[in-house]
Amino acid sequence: MTAPTQDLVRLGLREAGDAVGARRVSSRALVDAALARIEATDAKVGAFLAVTPERARAAADAADARAAAGARRSPIDGVPLALKDIFLTKGVPTTAGSRILEGYLPPYDATVVERLEAAGAVVVGKLNMDEFAMGSSNENSAYKPCHNPWDLSRTPGGSSGGSAAAVAARQVPGALGTDTGGSIREPAAFCGVVGVKPTYGRVSRYGVIAFASSLDQVGPLARSVGDAAVLLRTVAGHDPRDMTSSTRPVDDYLATLEGGAKGLRVGVPREWLEGGGVDPGVAGAVRSALDAYERLGARLVEISLPHSKYGIGAYYLIAPAEASSNLARYDGVRFGLRAKDARGLKEMYSESRERGFGPEPKRRIMLGTYALSAGYYDAYYLRAQKVRTLIRRDFDAAFERCDVIAGPVTPSVAFRLGERTDDPLKMYLADIFTITCNLAALPGLSVPCGLEAGSGLPVGLQLLGRPFDEATLFRAARALERELPALPAPPGV
Amino acid sequence: MAVADFQTVIGLEVHAQLLTRTKIFCGCSTAFGGEPNTHVCPVCLGLPGVLPSLNRRVVEMAVRTGLALGCAVRPKSVWARKNYFYPDLPKGYQISQYELPICEGGEVPLTLDGVERTVRLVRIHMEEDAGKNVHDVSADGSSGVDLNRAGVPLLEIVSQPDLRSADEAVEYLKSLRAIVMALGVNDGNMQEGSLRCDANVSVMRRGASEYGTRCEIKNMNSFRFLRQAIEYEVRRQVELVESGGRVEQETRLFDPDRGETRSMRSKEEAHDYRYFPEPDLPPVIVEPALVERLRAELPELPRARAARYQSALGLSAYDAGNLVADAAVAGFFDAALAAYGEGAEAAKKVANWLTGEVARLANETGEAAASWKLTPQKLAAVLRLVDAGTIGGPGAKQVVEEVFRTGAEPEAVVKAKGLAQVSDAGALEAAVDKILAANPAEVEKHRSGKKDLTGFFVGQVMKETKGKANPAVVNALLRKKLGA
Ligand SMILES: [Zn+2]
Repeated sequence: MTAPTQDLVRLGLREAGDAVGARRVSSRALVDAALARIEATDAKVGAFLAVTPERARAAADAADARAAAGARRSPIDGVPLALKDIFLTKGVPTTAGSRILEGYLPPYDATVVERLEAAGAVVVGKLNMDEFAMGSSNENSAYKPCHNPWDLSRTPGGSSGGSAAAVAARQVPGALGTDTGGSIREPAAFCGVVGVKPTYGRVSRYGVIAFASSLDQVGPLARSVGDAAVLLRTVAGHDPRDMTSSTRPVDDYLATLEGGAKGLRVGVPREWLEGGGVDPGVAGAVRSALDAYERLGARLVEISLPHSKYGIGAYYLIAPAEASSNLARYDGVRFGLRAKDARGLKEMYSESRERGFGPEPKRRIMLGTYALSAGYYDAYYLRAQKVRTLIRRDFDAAFERCDVIAGPVTPSVAFRLGERTDDPLKMYLADIFTITCNLAALPGLSVPCGLEAGSGLPVGLQLLGRPFDEATLFRAARALERELPALPAPPGV
Repeated sequence: MAVADFQTVIGLEVHAQLLTRTKIFCGCSTAFGGEPNTHVCPVCLGLPGVLPSLNRRVVEMAVRTGLALGCAVRPKSVWARKNYFYPDLPKGYQISQYELPICEGGEVPLTLDGVERTVRLVRIHMEEDAGKNVHDVSADGSSGVDLNRAGVPLLEIVSQPDLRSADEAVEYLKSLRAIVMALGVNDGNMQEGSLRCDANVSVMRRGASEYGTRCEIKNMNSFRFLRQAIEYEVRRQVELVESGGRVEQETRLFDPDRGETRSMRSKEEAHDYRYFPEPDLPPVIVEPALVERLRAELPELPRARAARYQSALGLSAYDAGNLVADAAVAGFFDAALAAYGEGAEAAKKVANWLTGEVARLANETGEAAASWKLTPQKLAAVLRLVDAGTIGGPGAKQVVEEVFRTGAEPEAVVKAKGLAQVSDAGALEAAVDKILAANPAEVEKHRSGKKDLTGFFVGQVMKETKGKANPAVVNALLRKKLGA
């Protein structure tokens, strides 16, 4: 029971869980190792906004007692995990990366937090993120930047940047994030880990701070496909408190995980690789992943998604519109930051919001308010919803000819911190390949597919599936994971 | 001023709180009152991360109301967010329905001056109520927000501008109130705000083809205030037009203390609510089977009930109308009649008590029929005591009052208060003799045939016996003694 810290933090989610179950390692040792790793590396990485050592150690001891009593709650009972700071945790500060919620202590746990705890997982802290999940580089965090463990001068991606960085840096074997337009898959690709955006409705959003309600979805990040699958299965499933959550049973992803890619029809969107502005190094890695699929007996099918090109436009109307409404409750009246010196109600509202929100939420509130205004609604919001329908139809047609769709996650590898902060439009384009998946409510996954030749930075392959067919995504990703050489440990930490 | 030269045009938007046990999107109690912010949870407080979870009873009550009013029920209706900032609105938006409400069309029947007509409805939609701002809660004059009411389910029932006078508007609201109470979806309590309305009022010169500019009047929580507000507003608008001015479209608030409406916000200051479909709630699907079940379960509605009271029981239109205005009272009437007897005479007696003495007591105590201590069985017992001659009219009145206040058994009240009627001629003869002896002039007048003073003598005897004398026996004694 006295393995050195560096060995314990290398364990994957299932490995760690199995070790606790076999009583080779205690949960307490795993948690102490994770806390020590965070202590040692997070000054450089900046993945955590809050660490909760006392709570984590108490939970670990309880998990060890269960293991000793032969009463484990699940295969991941006692395994340390961390949560994007968008999940409400009872009595533990939850900020959504925003000053407006600085010091906010939620009175209840998100459904996914309850489910993790019911499975015995040990939450060690809350992870850095773009403010209200608005961003693609984690640079919109109101608290501190987060750094990519592969190259500390680069962004880990966003908005679940802290989640991807913490998993890549071996601080925790798994984390939860949220994905509204690519916020799990893009950072997963940038940090060389597996990230999953499940089908809309697969995971409860209750207790998840809302950004864009019709697009937000909770998903796992982990260092292997199987670990991500286990984590998703732990939190997925119907929740009566979220009426948009599906009542469909959750598939047993592990049962089909090793099924291979033989006979799989892999759709390759014509629009994504040719002339899509994808960096050659990224395109090369994606190409070699597609070649690997062919070697594994899959068949590549060219497909077309003609309306994808309207995705960014539609997304940046719908998401800000919903956000402008979701963020109205941060008014200084009941919780969060209040401008106490303001005179009168209106000044209190505007001063609280002026001081509490950073530039990106303000920009999106403005955009969204405009898009919903009388006289503009039809031209903007309604038209964007029509585009959304067209994009969904594109996918319906494509999935008649293929089982999964494969392509790049992002046009480039992780960019440098500060490189795009002055150009929101360029920043928005980082989501060009991930956004349609949210608009069409499909499941999507990012799996590492090698390193970019020049930079040595990870490249992610994106796989999209039919609604609620996460099982096929996991199987396809696992086949590739087995075929390709494993990534080395990130050199930055 | 020539109000008569103008036609008044009114449309009402009625908000009816639904009688669900819990709120529309969470499990909190809908009970009125309670210490501020005690019937709240993260959902109705609008805390970060919460999501609404629909109370299906709300949908059923909306459909029931729609069916009773002859609306078309939409198989698929959609929730929408109505966005505006106000401290009593926790989320910064109200979950309501906008483009696709649950019910459309339909009508409300009303009778005015004996003429029956209908008022067309535009729509009925479901929404959540807001909280309440409470001012000057502390010494520094700061305000508080009570969110107990936030999330209480409401129906908004919108009429066409079919109403042509304050009287008609009041009758419309009375009729609608009786219907929602009969359906069991609303308690009709206007004072507590569980039924309230806004009025859109405009005036047009008689013969004109276009409506005038309308003003929306808010905050009328009684029939009297609705009438006052409309009458004031009509006068104001007519005066304005007559003096060459123009009515500006605006929202006005009724001030019950001064009986006036005053400007609350102009058209320019009107909110842009930025409605859009609520992404946190799927559309409301109403299956045909549910519609059929609810249709089959519809109770007898006030108008039909009043008609039946007239045709089958011979009640006057006035009595019938009074009884059915409150379904609980009508239910009481039915039960009391069943416990008492049959036929028009029995019905008339029960109705008289209910619309007379019992209504007076209910009005005085403010107690709703559902919680009366006087039960239909006890009222029937009182009537039987009268029929048996055990008590007389004045005694019965006292018994009813006592039973109403305490719930005691009528026989016990008769005994305890010594209200039993004296019917023994021997016992009453002394009293009759005393009265005749004390009023020789009247006796003379009566005997001479100048004037029939029987009534006067009976009254005096009743006074003498503290109302306990059986009037029939007294009458017989008087006839004998006065030889008339
Ligand atoms: Zn509540």
